[in-house]
Amino acid sequence: MTINKPRPAPNSIDETLAMLTGEDYVADRALATVLYLSLKMKRPLFLEGEAGVGKTEIAKVLASGLGRRLIRLQCYEGLDVSSAVYEWNYAAQMIEIRMEEAAGKVDRKDMEKNVFSEKYLIRRPVLEALTGKDGAAPVFLIDELDRTDEAFEAFLLEILSDYQVTVPELGTIKAEEPPIVIITTNRTREIHDALKRRCLYHWVDYPNAERELEIVNRKVPQANKRLSEEVVRFVQKLREIELFKVPGVAETIDWASALTELDKVALDPETVSDTIGVLLKYQDDIARIEQGEGRRILKEVKADLATAAE
Amino acid sequence: MTSANPDGRIADNIVYFARALRKAGMRVGPASVKDAIEAVLVAGIGSRDDFYWVLHSVLVMRHEDHAVFDEAFRLFWKSRELVEKLIAMFSPVAPDKREKQKPRAAESRVSDAMFEGHKRNQPVNPEPDIEIDARFTVSGAEVLRAKDFAQMTAAEINQAKRAIAELKLPFDKTKTRRFKPDPHGSRIDPRAMMRAASRTGGELILPKFKSLREIHPPLVVLADISGSMSQYTRIFLHFLHALADKRRRVHTFVFGTRLTNLTRQMRHRDPDQAMADCSAAVQDWSGGTRIGDTLHEFNRLWSRRVLGQGAIVLLITDGLERDEIDGLSEEIERLHKSCRRLIWLNPLLRFDGFEPRARGVRTMLPHVDEFRAVHNLAALTDLVASLDKSTSRQADPRRWLELGKKRAA
Repeated sequence: MTINKPRPAPNSIDETLAMLTGEDYVADRALATVLYLSLKMKRPLFLEGEAGVGKTEIAKVLASGLGRRLIRLQCYEGLDVSSAVYEWNYAAQMIEIRMEEAAGKVDRKDMEKNVFSEKYLIRRPVLEALTGKDGAAPVFLIDELDRTDEAFEAFLLEILSDYQVTVPELGTIKAEEPPIVIITTNRTREIHDALKRRCLYHWVDYPNAERELEIVNRKVPQANKRLSEEVVRFVQKLREIELFKVPGVAETIDWASALTELDKVALDPETVSDTIGVLLKYQDDIARIEQGEGRRILKEVKADLATAAE
Repeated sequence: MTSANPDGRIADNIVYFARALRKAGMRVGPASVKDAIEAVLVAGIGSRDDFYWVLHSVLVMRHEDHAVFDEAFRLFWKSRELVEKLIAMFSPVAPDKREKQKPRAAESRVSDAMFEGHKRNQPVNPEPDIEIDARFTVSGAEVLRAKDFAQMTAAEINQAKRAIAELKLPFDKTKTRRFKPDPHGSRIDPRAMMRAASRTGGELILPKFKSLREIHPPLVVLADISGSMSQYTRIFLHFLHALADKRRRVHTFVFGTRLTNLTRQMRHRDPDQAMADCSAAVQDWSGGTRIGDTLHEFNRLWSRRVLGQGAIVLLITDGLERDEIDGLSEEIERLHKSCRRLIWLNPLLRFDGFEPRARGVRTMLPHVDEFRAVHNLAALTDLVASLDKSTSRQADPRRWLELGKKRAA
């Protein structure tokens, strides 16, 4: 990815909205407001929402919109300091020790300084995120925080309050300018209030029909106009019934492009049941839609579109 | 009310607004109020909508609080009906003559918070206390009833703590992907080696080892509080409170005709306060049972949020389901498949000659990992003892299923 020249943060909610739209991210005003505030107040943004509503995308769009570097920390169970913050290059350190021994150096202080120098430091995402220069702080995406455990959350708390990390052998590393932090979670676990308190909170919801249609139009421009309208209405109706997992925006986009690849210009019952696997990922849900409920929804969608056209 | 400074009225109002939110049950600390004022200063006051979202981003920290905030904002930040509001606040009786709309979510809580003083002046209708002992009867009807628990004695608390300390659940350790230093470990720990080596100036580089750290997995408890189980409820709740005190990740749900999450209430350190909070939060004490429906609700809304990281589920119910059992089989199967281990504690099992004849029990049995009896639920120690580490043949659900078949044939 080519890195554009860093741009300063937008100066109003409208500018923020324009920046998001310019990057093909169709946002509502609520999101633009909270994003603007987090940029201005230099507070981390805590995004919560179901899978596939475009949480991670916000960070990507922000990075390219502001021309900043995107540093991503994908969380997983057991994430620890050595894979999140820094690690020493042990093999190289041992060689260094052997070399100094062979050269006959005996000064302990000197050796310690050489062995634990920046040369052998492997920077991981957190440390990387703290190296932003003035006016060009990177976007630091902490993805799916709920996947990691409480221990890492507590560690994060420390970083997010001071934006500094202490490497015992080197000293404290402090960010010249704090990174733009975006935290996402899918709510598979409750995040502790102490961490949430330091952030601005936003619940990313499913978009309404109008906004979702615009998203599909932007992301799958080659899709037939009628097809995308039907797809969006169908998905919106699916979200109203009680499914184990309702489809997100990502699934809508996938479905629209899948149908376009199949050269479809409109939905019909066979196509829906053939491609429903793109939308729904649980067997119970699929069975339910195939057992007639899908046909009913499709009929409603067609009727709605017919009345809308009149 | 104090007279506000003409320049700083908006800040005052935000403080009052935050106070109303706090009374409505949201967690709004002084720091958030400061942040809210700061945020409004940064964003400026534009449209009503912008102002709404500016306050929302700072004051709302949980998705569940959205409804409360929405309602409070609607009530608080409107000037047109302010006069009516004030009249309502200061007159003893102010019947609402406007057309009554469908109550919005959280409406009653928020208006309680806003008109708190007013309500206190109104006479309270004494409600007759009705206690119906409904053990051994099952009903699908929803009976909403409040419940008052006797306070826990100090001796009981001590006993509970001791019992929980001795509690060893089967399969109660799960490996994390974190390491701890361990001289007998099987993996090399290079970081510790280099640290130790630098202490000697690199003359000695001795191997250090580490091994995987083990922790208690999250424990999710689903307890039945319907009429047929009512005599055990107090013990359960005390058990759960002591458990939540001892272990970090315990999620507590109770169900009768509806599912209630009591995790937050249980976090209160004082058991009596926690019990009082619980009894206020639950509306269907000693009512009917709808196991299938409540499991469905749990699966749909909570399973993904609480069953991660190898959770163990403790299902406490007698399995007497009145409603049709169509959905029950699928729901218990899904529950079984989404957790690491499903343990069913059934107080009915203590009766000699128990046979799984009830349809609900027969439906659920094939999908549980362990089926355990609670011999005498009068004391907490017995409950703990029945959860001991051994997975004897006694706990195998298949044994009970076969028993039922043989007799039926």
